[in-house]
Amino acid sequence: MSDALNHIQLQLHKPGFRLEVDVQLPQQGITVLYGPSGSGKTSVLRCLAGLERPTQASIRIQNLLWQDDAQGVFLPTWQRPLGYVFQEASLLAHLDVAGNLEFARRRAAPPRQGSPLLTPEFAVQTLGLAHLMQRRSTELSGGERQRVAIARALATNPQLLLLDEPLASLDAARRQEVMPWLERLRDELQIPMVYVSHAADEVTRLADTLLVLDQGQVRACGPLQGLMAGTDPVLHLGGDVASLVVGQVASHDTQWHLTELRFAGGSFWLADAGLVTGQTVRLRVLARDVSIATHKPTGISIQNVVACTVLDILPDQHPAQALVRLDCAGTGLWARLTRRAVDQLGLQRGQPVWAQVKAMALAR
Amino acid sequence: MIPISAEDFGAIRLTLRLAGTTTLVLLCLATPLAWWLARSGSRWSPVVGAVVALPLVLPPTVLGFYLLVSMGPQGAVGQFTQWLGAGLLPFTFSGLVVGSVLFSLPFAVQPLQNAFEQLGDRPLEVAATLRASPWDTFWHVVLPLCRPGFVTAAVLSFAHTVGEFGVVLMLGGNIPGATRVVSTQIYGHVEALEYTQAHWLAGGMVVFSFAVLLVLGWLNPRGSRLRP
Repeated sequence: MSDALNHIQLQLHKPGFRLEVDVQLPQQGITVLYGPSGSGKTSVLRCLAGLERPTQASIRIQNLLWQDDAQGVFLPTWQRPLGYVFQEASLLAHLDVAGNLEFARRRAAPPRQGSPLLTPEFAVQTLGLAHLMQRRSTELSGGERQRVAIARALATNPQLLLLDEPLASLDAARRQEVMPWLERLRDELQIPMVYVSHAADEVTRLADTLLVLDQGQVRACGPLQGLMAGTDPVLHLGGDVASLVVGQVASHDTQWHLTELRFAGGSFWLADAGLVTGQTVRLRVLARDVSIATHKPTGISIQNVVACTVLDILPDQHPAQALVRLDCAGTGLWARLTRRAVDQLGLQRGQPVWAQVKAMALAR
Repeated sequence: MIPISAEDFGAIRLTLRLAGTTTLVLLCLATPLAWWLARSGSRWSPVVGAVVALPLVLPPTVLGFYLLVSMGPQGAVGQFTQWLGAGLLPFTFSGLVVGSVLFSLPFAVQPLQNAFEQLGDRPLEVAATLRASPWDTFWHVVLPLCRPGFVTAAVLSFAHTVGEFGVVLMLGGNIPGATRVVSTQIYGHVEALEYTQAHWLAGGMVVFSFAVLLVLGWLNPRGSRLRP
């Protein structure tokens, strides 16, 4: 019932485009708005912030009404307790990092009872900015700039943090540099975050809740793991059908530079990427990297073999392919096979099988 | 000894006072006007922009003539100022300020309009998401980010008013202490064949104008261009 504190209902009509969203946001954690370009992700975010005026809307965040056209309520952007991180660098060019944070702190929303107060000190510490305070935005790398922009958004003491593809303007190395900070925020912040993305790796690493938009309509909305294991293949991100495996780092094999990730259905070995033992890790396993054997295989190079049950066999985009949905002690796994292989193995629903994944195909 | 008379000094003082007043009035008027021109997207903005730029191409006598007529006892502005109890504006310092403001309007509006156009929407949206009200945003984001535009507008308005001649002559007559500025004083000296005094004042104007343009180019290398 407490989820109803955050209710977003909005409609935006533009020539050739209709956006309709009616969702509830969880109290905390990241909700990723995912969809192809032009699906209306950024419009949703801008409407939430009041930067764009929807045709009709009702927006209630932390039980505070930001907008309700039926009641004639509309708070302008600057009166909404929100933080907004833009896609590209948006630091105020006439101020250094400390000045940008101070700009936000001076105008921060007053503390609310029952909500934690977010301070610039917390933001600086959580995003590791202490050594950058005197720099100007031109003296920062792209990744640093985005971290400052996130810290500045937090320094306004928001009740809702909105992030519009904050990593899209960064190269692969910079994205990997910023991603852990976002994971840390997700785990430490007590406020909901809405995160626009069209990158599958961001979704699997960051999302708690996934909201899939397509041509302005909500295709799906729910907890990430459930959606990814579900039967609707259109949810599969970036055209690649994949499953999400969440596990803990159990051990390291220092001789071979491998890390063991243990989950309910078994364990997966992957190349050591500096993960810490005990850390919870989300792994995106592409269906095309999973193969199936009816007997426990021996004499093969593949390091990861787990026992599964066949749940479903679905047709795939190409007539030569089939998608097999597997259950691995509660974790859903997808395997993309040729239909001939399905036929040759005589796969059927409920059949116990072995799923195998090359360790080298697994990466965070 | 420098042959500058008390009358010359009076003209210099009056010129500086006129230019200073005009610059202040212009910054207050041109800022909202330039903001509207740069950001409203109205279909009337090209028309208004052209009207603002008119003093760049019109002979100052044309502007001065119309001002004289409209501010005179039969003109609409004249009747309004008389109704206000302010009397008639021609041949007064206030009349010169009004004329100078119109004459130098494009020199204040255009640099500001350029600056506001280059600013774009993003800094304003950023400020709004940082909980700055529109007024707060103007003072703490727009003003510092557009500082070169404001400097250019102020310096050009001041310098252009100092260099004004035709409008002053049409509108102000040539009354010592009230409407006689440096440019009309030089004119008077030349008429009276006082070439030495004319040289000192004229030379001073050249040095002043050159210094202004130098300082402007040095303050903002890219911001000082004008468009007709």
